[in-house]
Amino acid sequence: MNAPVVLEAQSEAEAALATTRLTVPGMKCAGCIGRIERDLAKVPGIAAARANLTAKRVAIRHDPALDEGALIAALLALGFESRPVADCDALGPLGDESKERKSLNRALGVAGFGMMNVMLLSVSVWSGADGATRELFHWLSALIAIPVIAYSGRPFFASAWMALRHRRTNMDVPISIGVILATCLSLYETITGGEHAFFDSAVMLLFFLLAGRALDAEMRTRTRAGIGALLGRMGKSASVIGPDGTTRRLAAKDLEPGMLVLVAAGEALAADGEVVEGTSALDNAMLTGESAPEPVGPGALVHAGAINLGAPIRVRLTHVAEDTAIADIARLMDEAGQSRSHYVRIADRASRLYAPVVHTLALVAFAGWMIAGAGWHTSLTIAIAVLIITCPCAMGLAVPAAQVVASGALLRRGLLVKDGSALERLAECDIALLDKTGTLTLGEPRADVSALDPEARAVALGLAQASRHPLSRGLAAAALRAGVVPAVIEDLREESGAGLTGRWQGLVVALEKPAGPAPQGPHTEGAAEGSLATTLRIGETRQIIPFSDPLRPDAAAALAALRVEGFAPSILSGDRAAPVAALAAALGLEATAEASPQAKLAALEALKAQGRRPLMVGDGLNDGPALAAAHASIAPGTASDASQQAADAVFIGEGLMPAALAVRVARRTMRIVRENFGFSILYNFLAVPLALAGLVTPLIAAIAMSVSSLVVVANSLRLARAAGEPAT
Amino acid sequence: MTGLVFLIPIALCMGLAGLAAFMWSMRAGQYDDMDGAAARILIDEDPEGGTAG
Repeated sequence: MNAPVVLEAQSEAEAALATTRLTVPGMKCAGCIGRIERDLAKVPGIAAARANLTAKRVAIRHDPALDEGALIAALLALGFESRPVADCDALGPLGDESKERKSLNRALGVAGFGMMNVMLLSVSVWSGADGATRELFHWLSALIAIPVIAYSGRPFFASAWMALRHRRTNMDVPISIGVILATCLSLYETITGGEHAFFDSAVMLLFFLLAGRALDAEMRTRTRAGIGALLGRMGKSASVIGPDGTTRRLAAKDLEPGMLVLVAAGEALAADGEVVEGTSALDNAMLTGESAPEPVGPGALVHAGAINLGAPIRVRLTHVAEDTAIADIARLMDEAGQSRSHYVRIADRASRLYAPVVHTLALVAFAGWMIAGAGWHTSLTIAIAVLIITCPCAMGLAVPAAQVVASGALLRRGLLVKDGSALERLAECDIALLDKTGTLTLGEPRADVSALDPEARAVALGLAQASRHPLSRGLAAAALRAGVVPAVIEDLREESGAGLTGRWQGLVVALEKPAGPAPQGPHTEGAAEGSLATTLRIGETRQIIPFSDPLRPDAAAALAALRVEGFAPSILSGDRAAPVAALAAALGLEATAEASPQAKLAALEALKAQGRRPLMVGDGLNDGPALAAAHASIAPGTASDASQQAADAVFIGEGLMPAALAVRVARRTMRIVRENFGFSILYNFLAVPLALAGLVTPLIAAIAMSVSSLVVVANSLRLARAAGEPAT
Repeated sequence: MTGLVFLIPIALCMGLAGLAAFMWSMRAGQYDDMDGAAARILIDEDPEGGTAG
């Protein structure tokens, strides 16, 4: 683990080097790290590379003469696709969260230090130290505990203060009151040479609660880093062509209508516009969820977020930044997501009931002992003992401990849950709506190569693997899965809109469009209306390779699992009615087709108005508003950026099962959380009479607190096993 | 009792040393890439490899 230090040393020696960070989603194992770091450093101009597997990023120190494009090309040569790290504003909360996590970890470290040292002194007091020794130990404890509490307690004090200022209460209010009163009373006891000081309880409470908070923050940064690696496909900048023909890069926010931009092959559009020169095909999947590429030529309207698959095109911008079609949907999503920010998490709901009861109880204890004539000092001590013993230590851990275990288990099964609130809402859902393209189906065309002879397969793969066109990719993937070895193709050329041509053993071979507006597409027979196909030409023989968008392999099983959980899944798709109806019939679902983003949103709102709690599973940007409006939502890892940001959870891989598993695990998590709450209440039920009777000493408080916390954590750990069980 | 004069400062110093080590390790980025750290041990590095061995 000395490599970062070496990097720093280099930065002093070679201060002229620049550092660029790139996201590499394909980095998965030790071999990838080794290859990236070793081979990238051999590229001329690159001094060193450091991979971060957790964040799926590579930091490259290089000659400033190398630009981002060259680095991306160098990584591609190693077999890794990479993208520039999205701007801070695009990743938004990610930066803040890692800062929050670090400050929580620091507070946890300080609280741990304080707890150990105060406990060392407290144990001596409990074992019978008295007189001057006890006083000395109390003073030492105060000296350690007060700065530690002031530092480590800040997250709780700040949150409690915020809640009180808005005339609300949350879990942090009783915690803060308990900790502060315990500290003040202990200080008073120390000054007056009293018998009991509760510094150990106060510090231990903070330590346990901070552990819960730190786990919670860790869970969020981990899943957000996974999602952040998937994000960033939307065009963030564009090459603007000046009047003199020179091009310069401008960030998306600085673009203006009327500008002429050059969109290179493989680049994403950063604004809406009209094609003025060139023909190409655009992948509009982000906007419509439709995987078939759309051919465009001069005069065609194009939208931000579309990816240019073919030849470079020149586009005159018409709508930029906030006026693009994509921004409209984003606004719709923002509004739809408002209701979610009003969601009150279970811990805060519990504390709304809990805090008044506890505080009344403490007040009653104080008043009762005063009336009984115990004197104000004894009465106050007892009242504070009640507060300390009921301090929601186990309650503070009850929720995060269970949620962290559950999300960790789900992460291993390919589901990234964004935060604890998402798990709580997932557990409450009672009806499921699923999008078709990209959600129930894989959302990418898969070729059927079974009709081809081995030679034709090899030629098809040789041609297809040279292109970025989605059909070529689908064909190459299908051929590679069938174990085909690619044939060597010479003179390979890709003509936008027409297809790929090349020469194989002296014969002209080509992958061509069987139909459509392309200029060279004479071959139309055999291609069924509405379905995708390509023609493989070898010499003069032509064969049709059909494509389909297959169902996810476990779609039926996942839907069955959802039904077991009591859901009645149905389809809510923007696709045409015929394919939706066919799929719905095959899966035995109800379906709504041809729904616009607004219609989807309206369908969700209508369900919510009926008091249902809908779960939305969808991928396209057209699902975005519905995902944001749903009580909880899940998106596949292939979904558009905006959809992944709107969704509560993202699943990776080809199976739909993680989505069904998410609901099952979320429900089990909430059951464990309720058990934990139940245990905390039982514990308070037993401990409060002791406190009311004035029998709680610091020793009893310390034992009670740690035992209850351990029981809660142990109970939560059972979830890891539950989530690991195969789904039924 | 005279032992305490030494023992308590020693205990405190050891605790503080642990705390300082934790703070340093966090600032030095030791916890930035937990998955990577677990995987790195499996890399076979050639003697003149690009990364620091």
